[in-house]
Order: sequence, then C-alpha cells, then structure tokens
Amino acid sequence: MSTTRAPYRPEDLTFQYDRTALLKRLRQALPRPEQVIDDAEGLRPYECDGLAAYRQLPVAVAIPDTVEQAQAVLAACHELGVPVTARGAGTSLSAGSLPHPQGIILSLARFNRILAIDPQRRTARVQPGVRNLAVSEAARPYGLYYAPDPSSQIACSIGGNVAENAGGVHCLKYGLTVHNVLSATVLTPEGEQVVLGGDALDAPGYDLMALYTGSEGMLGVVVEATVRLLPEPVHKDVLLAAFPTVESGGHAVAALIAAGIIPAGLEMMDGPAIQAAEDFVQAGYPTDAAAILIGEFDGTPDEVAEEIERVTALLREHGANEVRVAADADEQARFWAGRKNAFPAVGRISPDYYCMDGTIPRHKLAEVLTGIEALSREYGLRVVNVFHAGDGNLHPLVLYDGNVPGEFEQTEALGQRILELCVDAGGTVTGEHGVGLEKINAMCHQFSREELDQFHAVKAAFDAAGTLNPGKAVPTLRRCREFRTLPASGSAEQSQPEPEQL
Amino acid sequence: MVETEAPSDLREEIAARVATAAATRQPLALRGSGSKAFYGNTEQGEPLDLTGHRGIVSYQPTELMVTVRAGTPLRELEDALAAEGQMLPFEPPRFGDGGTVGGAVAAGLAGPRRPFSGSVRDALLGARIVNGHGQVVRFGGEVVKNVAGYDLTRPMAGALGTLGVLLDVSFKLLPRPVAETTRALEAPAHGVYTRVHDALLAGYPVTGAAHDGEQLYLRLSGAERGVRAATEKLGGEPLDDGDTFWSGLRDQTLPFFSEGERPLWRLSLPAAADLPEVPGAQLLDWAGQQLWLRSDADAQSVRDAAAQRGGHATRFRGGDPAVPAFHPPAAAVSRLNRQLKDALDPHRILNPGRMDPQL
Repeated sequence: MSTTRAPYRPEDLTFQYDRTALLKRLRQALPRPEQVIDDAEGLRPYECDGLAAYRQLPVAVAIPDTVEQAQAVLAACHELGVPVTARGAGTSLSAGSLPHPQGIILSLARFNRILAIDPQRRTARVQPGVRNLAVSEAARPYGLYYAPDPSSQIACSIGGNVAENAGGVHCLKYGLTVHNVLSATVLTPEGEQVVLGGDALDAPGYDLMALYTGSEGMLGVVVEATVRLLPEPVHKDVLLAAFPTVESGGHAVAALIAAGIIPAGLEMMDGPAIQAAEDFVQAGYPTDAAAILIGEFDGTPDEVAEEIERVTALLREHGANEVRVAADADEQARFWAGRKNAFPAVGRISPDYYCMDGTIPRHKLAEVLTGIEALSREYGLRVVNVFHAGDGNLHPLVLYDGNVPGEFEQTEALGQRILELCVDAGGTVTGEHGVGLEKINAMCHQFSREELDQFHAVKAAFDAAGTLNPGKAVPTLRRCREFRTLPASGSAEQSQPEPEQL
Repeated sequence: MVETEAPSDLREEIAARVATAAATRQPLALRGSGSKAFYGNTEQGEPLDLTGHRGIVSYQPTELMVTVRAGTPLRELEDALAAEGQMLPFEPPRFGDGGTVGGAVAAGLAGPRRPFSGSVRDALLGARIVNGHGQVVRFGGEVVKNVAGYDLTRPMAGALGTLGVLLDVSFKLLPRPVAETTRALEAPAHGVYTRVHDALLAGYPVTGAAHDGEQLYLRLSGAERGVRAATEKLGGEPLDDGDTFWSGLRDQTLPFFSEGERPLWRLSLPAAADLPEVPGAQLLDWAGQQLWLRSDADAQSVRDAAAQRGGHATRFRGGDPAVPAFHPPAAAVSRLNRQLKDALDPHRILNPGRMDPQL
C-alpha cells in the first residue's frame, strides 16, 4: 500500500508543549524503561490501527501496568496540554486509535486480566485490554457467554468495544455493547477515577454509562468494565437460504421481522461475496445465487423447531429457491465460517479493500443496494456487499489497488457517496465501526450545525482542554464548511458559507 | 378505547417558548399528562404543557420501529402497536391510566418485563429535543445500529426533562408473544433470583418474576411450544387473571400500593442481593432486583440498606418532601452530571431541581 495519510486539519494541530518535559514526566509516572517508547522504530507498530490506509507516528507511547500509572500519565498530559489517544488492541476500522502527531498513545494492552466471573449474577468484571472472545471463553464453563461479537472478536478488546459501542452479528436479538455493559470505571482527562453505572439494573443520576459508551475515547478512558453475560441457548439452528435476486432476499428479511420473528443473527451476502467466501473457506454456499441469507435461531428445541418451520415457509414464499438447515454443529460452523471470513476472502481477490459501515431502515435495502451499484459503475470500482440484514447495517467493501496513484482517493470519495446515500435513506454513516477520523467528513452530512455545536459543548464540558483523542468523531465547523464545498461530496448545494463560531 | 385527538406538531411553538425562557432565565416546569407529578422532587418554574404535541410520526411494523411525538398518550401508542401485534419492550407504567410517551421516557420507569427485555433507554433509538438554548436538535435515529456522534439519546431516559424538552422519540419494538401464561408457585421470597436464574439457564422464556411475600409469580412468553414445555417443567398453579396481576404490579393498582399511608420506596438492587431487613411491607419485582417497600423507616436507613447491597433507593411516592427523592450519587459522578447538564441546559431552565437540587 503506497497511499498513507492522516487527514487531520490545521485546527486539530494546535498543541504546544515541551517534549522533553513530557518524556520526563512519563518516565516518572512509569518506572520501567520499556513502558515509554519514543524512538521511531518502537513507535512504528502504533502508527495505524485496523484502517491501515491512515498512518501517523505519535510523539510517544505510554504503557502503564496499573490504574494508578494510567492516572499519572493522564494527569501529566492534562497539565502539559498533550493529546492522549487510548489504544486497546488497535483493531478500529475508523482510525479511532490513529495517533495524533502532537500526542501520545496510551496503550491499555497490559490491562489484560479477567478480574472475576460471577456465574450467579451472570456478570464478568474485566480489564479493558481483555479480548472480546476471551470473555465468552472464560464464561463458557458456567453455561454463559458475552453477546456482542464483532467480526474482529478474536483480537478486539473490551475497552475498545465500549469506546466504539461495538456490535456484531447477534445485535438484533441481544443488543449492542451499550445494552450489555452494567458499569465501567473510567478515568477523566485529569486522571480522576469515576465509576459509571452500577451493579443494579439502573443507577441514580444521568445515564452516563450510555453517554460514555461509543464516545470514541473523547470523554474518558475505560480502565475496567463489568459486562452482562447471557445463558448459552439450550438449542440453536442455523439455516441458509439462496435467492435469485438481492431484492427478493431483502423482502424476505422484512417479511420475517413483520411476522414477529427475531432471529439471533440474520446475515446477507451478495453474489461476489458468496463466490469469494466459497473460494476461501469452502462453506458449501450456492455460488449461482445472487444473494444468500444466513439465519440463526435459538431457544428451547420446541421453540426453535416451531420457528424454523415458519421461517422456511416465509423464505420460500418470498422467492428463496433453496433453504438448508445445518444438520449438525459442524455444518453450522461452516455456514458461519463463510460469513465471518468474508473480509479476508475479499482480501484475496483484490490488492486492497475499504470497508464501509452505514445503517439503513430495512425497507430501503433494495433501493440503497441499487444506488451503490450505480455509484460503483460511476467510479469504476467494484463493490462487494456483506451485511447484517436483520438490523440494516451494511458493510459494502470497495475493492481498489493502493499502488495505483489516486485510487485510494477515488475509493474514499465513493465511500463518502455511499454513506450519504445511507443518510438520505434515513440511516446513519456508522452502525458499529465508529466515526474516528475516517468518517468525520460524512458527519457534516448527517448533523446540522446546531447538533454539531451540541456535541462540541458536551466535549468541552467533559474535556475542557480538548486533549482526549482530538480531531476525531465530531468535525469542526471549519472542516464542514470546507468539506461541503468539495465537489466529490455530492452535497455542494449545501455549501452556504457559515461564519466560524468556535 | 379513549378518544384520540388529531395529531398536531407544536415543535416550533415549544422551541420558541424555551428560547424565550432561556433569554429571560425563566425556569420551566415541563408537563405531560401529570400522571407522574408525584415523582421526583418538587417542580419549580412556569408550567409548559406538552400534551398538544402529539401523534405517531412514522410506524412501519416491518422495521420494528416507531417514531412518536412526546405528548402522545401512552395508551394511544400502545393500542396502535398492539393492532400490529407489536409492543414496547419495557412495559411502561400508566399510573392512574394516564401517561404520555414523553413522560415515560423522562421518568425512565419500566415494568415487570425490564430484566428480560430491557429498559426504556435500551429501546430508545433516537430523540428530537429542544435544548436549553431553545434549539431543535436530533440525536440517534430510526435504526438499531447507530454510533454517529455522542449518545445524547439514551441519557434522556430518566433525566426527568432536565436535559431537554422531548419532541419526538424513536423506539425499537418487540413482537407480542404468541403465547403467554402466568404460574403461581410456593417459594420463599429470598430464593426468587436463584429460581429465575435456573429457569433462564434451562432456556425457559421468563418475562416476569415477582413475589408478594406469599407466592412467586412467573410469567412465561414466547412461542406456543416453548411456553407449554416450560410450564410443564416449572409446575405451580396457573393464574387465571395473569394479565391483571402484571398490569396491577406495573401500574401500582395492587392493594400493596394503595393500602395505608406509609411512603413507598423503590430499591434497585443487584442480582442475587439478599433482601434488606427494613421494617415495613415488601413486594419484589424484577426477580428481586426491584423491591417495593412501604415503610415509615427513616430515609437514611432505607438508603443505607440499599447502598450496603450495591443498590440505591428512591423515595417514590409520599414521605417527607424535604428528603431528596433520589439517592445522592458519588461526588465524582455528581460532578459529571453537572457537566452534562451544563452542556445541554447551561441556564438551568428545564425542570430545575426536579431530579437533583444541583441539576
């Protein structure tokens, strides 16, 4: 990949401090030499996250072992006015943990312990660096699991899941991260420790736990979380349905929901995605289908049997030419393997790909997919579609070659148009990956000036100096003004000059 | 059926009224149907009636989503959802058979289904509000997955109108269960949580678990066969008027709530907490995680009993109005609460003091 960049704006880069003083303070806060990295070679692994097209070296990386050390790092940075970007496993797909050129990375990698599993209360108390899948693995002996399961669950960590309000394939029935976190200990920008939420089902005062979930490291740093565990379903069935058109698949999804059926997971892949996945993992997918649906249904054996009967009938009624129920656990795993490996599978058929994350109302599925196809032709870039059909969360993958000059820029422009299409259909620019630095221009399309002002007011109330993850999540008005005049945005007609008010 | 009034959009009038109040620093007391006027601390300010801003804005059953104006009577919304075989997941109370959608969100109160299908905020997808400057702003949206911008939607639940005047809200919905039944079982009150925990691990579709001091009431909802199988395994006796019991618990029309003059406290307790030994009568809901207490005990001892168990206590109805209705949060949390209030209503004109003297 040749194109690398970090699209910060001049107004994001106004931090001035004495670098030597910063390093001295960091070394005071962190006793072992390897806990502070400031040489180019050592900083290199931190220059990007899961969105590798954006790269930026930080000034330093601080790796605390304890909450007290993390507090001392934050206090020092607050005092000196140094930007701090918290980083867990670094799997963000929106450059959420991309370093700030004037800031440090606060790595929470060493906070990797599961502190307690309470099988009776069905909770797990974990440090932020614990991997998502590790929580379910630790809970399994008790017949419990942690429901939110992003595709990166082998690698991504709970702190990042809370910061991004991560989703996954089971959100429709079991909720997002925000529905599955009971409480969290967070550090304020000053380094003060605060416990949000509580052990009961509600807590007095405002629902700060909800506010901090998905706040992208802009309001505080999570150093501990207590998450809810769910009983493993006693029985589940996975079925696969093939459709002659993407549109008929979309209608079938709406029909299931309308019939009062809430699957544990309901995923859709289009023809090119089916082919790529089949070539990669031999999931047994029908490669002649224009779209497939993979549905998971759980409950008691009786309930599931009743549901599968109804679902099969409905799918056939809506044009499915094949419906297969996995015969055993192995086949269930194979059905899912194709979907879960869809991204790497697409990685094999293209030098690079760029993953989008819009959400739309389900009934706009066919309309938006047609729109994406037209845009794909307009830009001359192939788009493969994989999505969480049950909740309307699309992951169009734009295929490109980063070694072709200008192709990444074209890809970004196409991505921007796709997100605008989602917003105009009544949806949102990001369903589960976060805004980060990646989708920050698209925010100008989704929110009014007053709404952006309101976000800035919240940021200022919790982080007056603006040192936590600056430049991310909420665009400055100046950025929006400039962005709206760009022809590629497709919203040039909105580019009324606005007086700056910051 | 109550008579339904025509939908009307008073968004601009309400925003103008708040903008004027902001300019003159005139506190406003936000009002819906008044069914929860007893709840929280004493209201201050000029009344602002919001019941005229009403009507369902959009409802597509296949989306499992509804957007509705805040002044809409709860009954009207729930009737419309029921007609399509759907419902609000959080089973909001209708005290005195009243209540508006805005009031349900502002109070953040949920019925017996709460531990099993989520709270008010869990079902909230988006909200359009008037902030303390009189600006109309919208957060969240009409889709289940949405992480664009800070989540200023869910904190509206339970904020008692102190963060913004709700104009319209979008909820995630649930299909009404095909089958539902209630069983009454002989079981001690202290074992309720464990009993429900075991049932959930066995895959039984529990959607209500209450104990009135004598019997355990379990509601099962879901697919026909699943409910039947669970019913056989659980045993107990069928409760014929199950719906009446659960709505009586939800709306506080059971004799427990109406008899006598003792103040009503709500204790929110962690899962598996032991029951506090406070003098008075107790009624357990939420598998023991919501305890209703009729007691003359002094506020501090009730609050201490809840706090010792990791929970908190609300002076729900009655009692000394000088006693703060809500449990005081930890100092650091109080500071964050004030910071959030500052960001949305810096002049403190929206329901000042209703939730906390400092908010």
